[in-house]
Amino acid sequence: MAETDVALRNFTINFGPQHPAAHGVLRLVLELDGEVVERADPHIGLLHRGTEKLIETKTYHQAVPYFDRLDYVAPMNQEHAFVLAAEKLLGLEVPYRAQVIRVLYSEIGRLLSHLLNVTTQAMDVGALTPPLWGFEEREKLMIFYERASGSRMHAAWFRIGGVHQDLPEELIDDIGEFCETHPKVLRDIEGLLTDNRIFKQRNVDIGKVTVEEAFARGFSGVMVRGSGAAWDLRRAQPYENYSELDFKVAVGRNGDCYDRYVVRMEEMYQSVHIMKQCVEILKSQKGAGPVMTDNRKVAPPPRAEMKTSMEALIEHFKLYTEGIKVPEGEVYAAVEAPKGEFGVYLVSDGSNRPYRCKIRAPGYAHLAGLDFLSRGHMLADVSAIIGSLDIVFGEVDR
Amino acid sequence: MANGTRAYEETTAADLAALAEHVREHLGEAVIETTVTHGQLQIAAAAARIRDVLRFLRDDAACRFTCFTDLCGVDYPEREKRFEVVTHLLSPTLNLRVRVKAAVGEGESIASIVELFPGAEWFEREAYDMYGIFFDGHPDLRRILTDYGFAGHPLRKDFPVTGFVEVRYDEDRKRVVYEPVKLQQAWRDFDYLSPWRGEPPMPPQRADDDGEGD
Repeated sequence: MAETDVALRNFTINFGPQHPAAHGVLRLVLELDGEVVERADPHIGLLHRGTEKLIETKTYHQAVPYFDRLDYVAPMNQEHAFVLAAEKLLGLEVPYRAQVIRVLYSEIGRLLSHLLNVTTQAMDVGALTPPLWGFEEREKLMIFYERASGSRMHAAWFRIGGVHQDLPEELIDDIGEFCETHPKVLRDIEGLLTDNRIFKQRNVDIGKVTVEEAFARGFSGVMVRGSGAAWDLRRAQPYENYSELDFKVAVGRNGDCYDRYVVRMEEMYQSVHIMKQCVEILKSQKGAGPVMTDNRKVAPPPRAEMKTSMEALIEHFKLYTEGIKVPEGEVYAAVEAPKGEFGVYLVSDGSNRPYRCKIRAPGYAHLAGLDFLSRGHMLADVSAIIGSLDIVFGEVDR
Repeated sequence: MANGTRAYEETTAADLAALAEHVREHLGEAVIETTVTHGQLQIAAAAARIRDVLRFLRDDAACRFTCFTDLCGVDYPEREKRFEVVTHLLSPTLNLRVRVKAAVGEGESIASIVELFPGAEWFEREAYDMYGIFFDGHPDLRRILTDYGFAGHPLRKDFPVTGFVEVRYDEDRKRVVYEPVKLQQAWRDFDYLSPWRGEPPMPPQRADDDGEGD
């Protein structure tokens, strides 16, 4: 080839919006120099539904189901952040049993999310068996969702003041049984991946981020723990009854895709451990009691009472038409969702509708860091990085 | 870093006032007001000096709010400066959160904080997209969540929930077409606030609420 006048130009390719490794509708404009990524420009918003605008036009009750549809892999964790925010504004105390149930189902959500992420990330880098094994477990967990709330995903079951209904006794037993058998499946999945040569070649030293960089970029959850910060909201700023539960915070060292995978794996074992404790509490005397606050301005009266009491009927009618009036003020409440810090910034003007409800989704900040993480990597690494960021477009696009 | 519940709650109550005092002392008139609500420190900052305030919060040894959490706009149409830019920061060292607010009028701009917190880039783009707030010095202030070629700023209070255009696939032209939104019935905005508990009476019903819509 002639030495002079060879016009070199960077190649720009479109990755998605329909691409199996994009984990949803992500259009990624990649500028390539050969096979090396020079710039990644994610175009998001293809799943934008205007959730925040819709919430502003609805009552507080009607806002809850919108949260299921954000990160639809772990729906109840999102509801949790919203009800916590509303409860903070109302100054509401949640009954102990409801707190334990919420923790139990938040951890089920964490398992749901991590199982999906770990196994599909493995699929992105070439392994087919893990998702098949992981999805079998997810199916069992979704059935627990269904038996508690009536729906496999969009539960709308965490309510302001507690949870909608109590768990049947057999369900608690079955969850306890699941906690016994599940670790074996986790070990099997680990056996396929942790020391797998191909898996390591694709993940070790890919998408590295330091702790300082991660914090400045708004990363949270596994994205900072993988880099070595022992930062977990369940431990650092405990909500519900996390402070009395025994669990360890898994921390990585190198901040690469592989460490994030290892952290997620360990978190699943810890989640099972937490679930076991919750099951124990729920079955003991300590965990007995109501699952909903008895504040009639927030929670509906029992059905039986409505048949005989005029006041109960009025309260019920008022609650489901006018809704809850939340005192004026603003609050930020966050939970440690599987993907990171999921926060809700709620502004109330004292009426029955939120004045502003900003949803702070962890995936949004993580995907914003994709350009930084993938620069200088090969094209094939981009899908490994997207996989390990744990992106779900329901929450990124809102 | 992680101290458990008691420590977290104790520091929250005791240190917030001291921290507020510390911030006021060092930043002078850049801080308009500090309040503590629901166990969270809130700083109303002068919009012109927002960068100084956030830089101080990030770098000062007694603050170390190094973790960027959130940035969003809020619309208060009745105010003189209708928008508020609300930034949430987290200090992993102190285990505290802080909320910094700055008022911005329509058509005005505020300094971008991307150089302080690179994570703010998309959040500022979103605030621009949703409210039309301009950020000075932002490297790439494009729309982010709305459609290519979208007009208007949907989270403003005067933007209708239904929007202005709708899309559908046109079988004849073999492509997606944009059309003015057609509602099968008029948008119903029910006001459930009961009049008998001291609220002002129900507003008069809209005359065009006959099910036709336009």
